Amino acid sequence: MSSVTAPDALSDKIRAAKELLDAQVRETIQWHFHESTGSPFWLAKKSELKFDPLKEVNSFQDIQKFPLFEDEWLRGGPVNRWLPKGLAGKPAYVFETGGTTGIPKSRVVVEDHWIDYENFSHTLPDRYFPPGANWLMLGPSGPRRLRLAVEHLCQYRGGICFCVDLDPRWVVKLIKKGWMEHLEAYKTHCIDQALTILSAGHDVKCMFTTPKLLDALCIALEKQGRSLRDTGITGIFSGGTEFTPQFTRFCIEEYFGGPPEVSGIYMTPTYGNTLMGLACSKQVGASDGYKISYYAPQPRAVIEVVDFDDPMKVVGMGESGRVKLTTLTKELFIPGFLERDEGEREPPFDTYPWDGISGVKPFRGIASQTTVGVY
Amino acid sequence: MLNIPVIRWGKAYESLENDNVVHFNTGEPIARVGQANGGIIQRDMRTAQRAREILCGIPQQELVERICKAAELYESATLPMGDGQQSPADFARQQSASTGLPEHMCRANMPKNSFVLKNMGKILDCLTRGLDLNILTTGYGTESRGVTVSYQSQAPVLSAVLPSNSPGVHTLWLPAIPLQLGLVLKPGPQEPWTPYRMFAAFTTAGIPAEVWSIYPGGPEAGAAVLAAADRAMIFGGTATVEQYKGNPRVQAHGPGFSKILLGDDVVDDWQKYLDLMVESIYINSGRGCINCSGVWASRHTEAIAAALAERIGPIEVKPPDDPQAGLAAFTVPGQAKGVWNLIDADLKESGVQDLTSRFGPRLVEMERCAYLRPMIVHCESPDNAIARKEYMFPFSTVVKCPQEQMLAKIGPTLVCSAITRNEQFKAQLVNATHIDRLNLGAIPTTRLNWLQPHEGNIIDFLFRNRALQVADV
Repeated sequence: MSSVTAPDALSDKIRAAKELLDAQVRETIQWHFHESTGSPFWLAKKSELKFDPLKEVNSFQDIQKFPLFEDEWLRGGPVNRWLPKGLAGKPAYVFETGGTTGIPKSRVVVEDHWIDYENFSHTLPDRYFPPGANWLMLGPSGPRRLRLAVEHLCQYRGGICFCVDLDPRWVVKLIKKGWMEHLEAYKTHCIDQALTILSAGHDVKCMFTTPKLLDALCIALEKQGRSLRDTGITGIFSGGTEFTPQFTRFCIEEYFGGPPEVSGIYMTPTYGNTLMGLACSKQVGASDGYKISYYAPQPRAVIEVVDFDDPMKVVGMGESGRVKLTTLTKELFIPGFLERDEGEREPPFDTYPWDGISGVKPFRGIASQTTVGVY
Repeated sequence: MLNIPVIRWGKAYESLENDNVVHFNTGEPIARVGQANGGIIQRDMRTAQRAREILCGIPQQELVERICKAAELYESATLPMGDGQQSPADFARQQSASTGLPEHMCRANMPKNSFVLKNMGKILDCLTRGLDLNILTTGYGTESRGVTVSYQSQAPVLSAVLPSNSPGVHTLWLPAIPLQLGLVLKPGPQEPWTPYRMFAAFTTAGIPAEVWSIYPGGPEAGAAVLAAADRAMIFGGTATVEQYKGNPRVQAHGPGFSKILLGDDVVDDWQKYLDLMVESIYINSGRGCINCSGVWASRHTEAIAAALAERIGPIEVKPPDDPQAGLAAFTVPGQAKGVWNLIDADLKESGVQDLTSRFGPRLVEMERCAYLRPMIVHCESPDNAIARKEYMFPFSTVVKCPQEQMLAKIGPTLVCSAITRNEQFKAQLVNATHIDRLNLGAIPTTRLNWLQPHEGNIIDFLFRNRALQVADV
C-alpha cells in the first residue's frame, strides 16, 4: 500500500490534497448554508454566526471561524433538521452512538455510509479480501450504522454477509452492574453463533469484528483445537481505540501464526464512527513496532490533533493532542468536533498525503469516566 | 530505571505496552513495567496443567526445603529484578516509593513474608490438620489411622489479582507452590515488587520458573486472570467482595472491619489495654484489613476515645525515609480528599464526635499525594453510620454499645479481639458466624498466628475432600 516517495513528489501530493480539501469545503459550505439546499439546523445557526459562511469560508483554514461543534446538538429530535433540503424526499436512515443512559446522539444518513465503505473497499488488498468472498459481521448492530455499512461493503465486493448481533448498551450495563458472569455468558452466546456460521459451509473468507470479539473467537477456536486459519478467514477488518500495537502484534504472532505472507491472514485496523466514516491505517507490521497510524477519509472528513488546552491550535508533528474532527459531506457538515480520543500527530505519506494520528486512546480528560472497549 | 517484563510460564515477554511506576512524591520513574493484554493470559492458561505436573514431579518435602532457601534469599540477597538487580534495601526503597508506605514499614514487612516461607512445613501441617502431604500429590492415600482419604486438586494453579496498597497480603498466596500448584499473579500497578522478588527468590532457590506467570496490566488483565482461573484470589473493596460472593472459584478479600470488644467484666480496667488498642489501630499505618477500625464497649467509651486520640491524634506526616514515619501516603490523586469528604459527612450525624480534630487538620494535601492523619471518632450508638466504616489509614471509632447487643450490631468482622473472662460471652463469640478470626483475650487484632487459617483455609479452597474407595480388581 505505502511506498517511498521522493520529497518533491510527496510535496506535490500534499499540495494537491490540500486543494482538493479546500474545494470540498467550498462545495460543502455552499450546499449546507444555501437557502435552497441547506439543512434546517445550519440555516438557523447561520443567523448566530458573526460572519457569512457563504462568502467568508473558502478554505479549510476558514473552518476555524466556526465555533466548536457541541455534541449535545446531536441529541434528540427532530432529526430531520440535519437533512439538507437538497436531499429532501430521499429515504433516510437514523444511526445512533452512545445511548447507554439518556438520549443518544443521532445522525441522519442517506448514502454516506455506503460511500464511506465503498471508498474503504478500495484500500483492501484483494489477495486477502477476495472479491466475491462471503463475510462474517460479528459486532454491534441495532441502531448503529456498522452492520448496514459492513453488509454494504461485502455486497459492494460481491459477497453475502452473515451477521451476528451484539448489543453494546447491554454490555455496558452488565459491566456497570458488575454482572461479570452474565457478561461472559453474553460473549459466549455471540461467539457460539459465529462459530456456527464458520462451521456451516458458507465459505466465509472475510470478517468484521472488534478486538475483544476477535480475542474471544480465537480463544474459542483454540479450545476446539483449531485456529483462525482453519476457518478459512484471510481478511479481518477491525476497529476501536483498544486496537493497540501490542494487541496487533499478539494477534499476528500468536493467533494468526505470523505476518500475512506467512499465515495468509491480513488484519487492517480502522478508526471511525458514525460522524466521520472510516480512517484507514498505514500497513502495520513488526518493522515499525506494530505502530498504528490512522488517516481520515479526506476530503470527506478531516482529523486534526489539537492542543489539549487550545483546540484551535494543531500540535507539532509527533506531539500528543486531542482529536478534532471536521466532516464535509453533502449529508453532514460538522466543523471542529472534539472527539473523546487523543493521540499523536503523524506526518503525511504517499498513500495518504495529509496528517494522520497514532496511539489513539481515550482522551485523558474523560478516560476515567468512560467504559471503553466493551465489545 | 528498571525494565520489568511480563513473565509467561517463567519466560520474559517484552510487551509493546508499558506502564511507568513512579515515585509517589517526586513523580520520578522507578520502573517500566510491561503490560499483558487479556488474550495472552487466556492463551497461556490453556497450558496451566503443565505447572501442576512439573511441581508434582518434585516431592513436597523438597519443595518446602527450597522455599526455606527462598525465604533467606528474599530477605537478604541481591536478586535479579527485570533488567537489573535488587538488594533488600532497594526493595524497601522502591516499594515505599511506589506505594507511599514508609520505608521502615516496607522493611518490617519482609520478615513477615520470610517467616511464612521459613515455616511453610509447619503451616501446611497445621492447615491440613497433619495430613500426609503425599495425599495432596496423588489425590488419595491412607492415613495412619487406616482410613482412605482423598483430596482432589481443584485447579492446576492458584491465580491472584493483587492490590497496590497492602504489601501484607502476599503471605496468602505463598503456600500455593509447596502445595504443588503453579502461580498466576496480576500485581497491583504500584506494587510489582513483591511478586517479582518472590519469583526471583523462588527460582534462584531451585523452584522451576515454568510454574510462574506474572501478568502486570490494567483491569482487562485482572478480568482475564479471574475469567481463566479455576481458583483465584482477588483483593478489593466491599463491592468486589459482593461481586464474587458465592462464587466457589474466587476467594475475595476485602475490608476487614476488625474490632476490639471490651467485655463488661474488664472495661473498668480499659487503661490496661490502651497499648493494645493503639497497636491494633495504628501499626502499618492502619492500612491492613486486620487493623482495628472499631473499639466497642458498654461504658467509658468517651474516656477511651479521648485517651486513644491523645496517643495517635498528634502524629504528624513525615517523609517516607524517616525512621519515625508512621503514616502512609495516599498516592492516587483525589483519593484522600474523597475519603475525607465521606468521613466529614458522617461526622455531622448527632452523637458522633471527632476526638482528634483538636490536634490539627486531618487531611494534609501535598503536590503529588495526600495524607490522612489518625482519627478517633466517638459514637454514642452502634447505629451511627460511621460505626460501620473502615478506611485505609489509622482510623477507628469507639462505639458505646451494651454488651448484650454487641454481637448483633458489630456486623462482619475479620479479626475480633474480645477481651473478657465472661464464659457465656466467650461462648457467644465462638458461635458468632460473622466473625472470622477470633482472639479471646488481650491480643492485638494485627498479631496473626500463621499456623491458623486466614479468611478460609486455603487447603479447603484449593482441594476437595471427597470420597474415594479402592478395591482389588
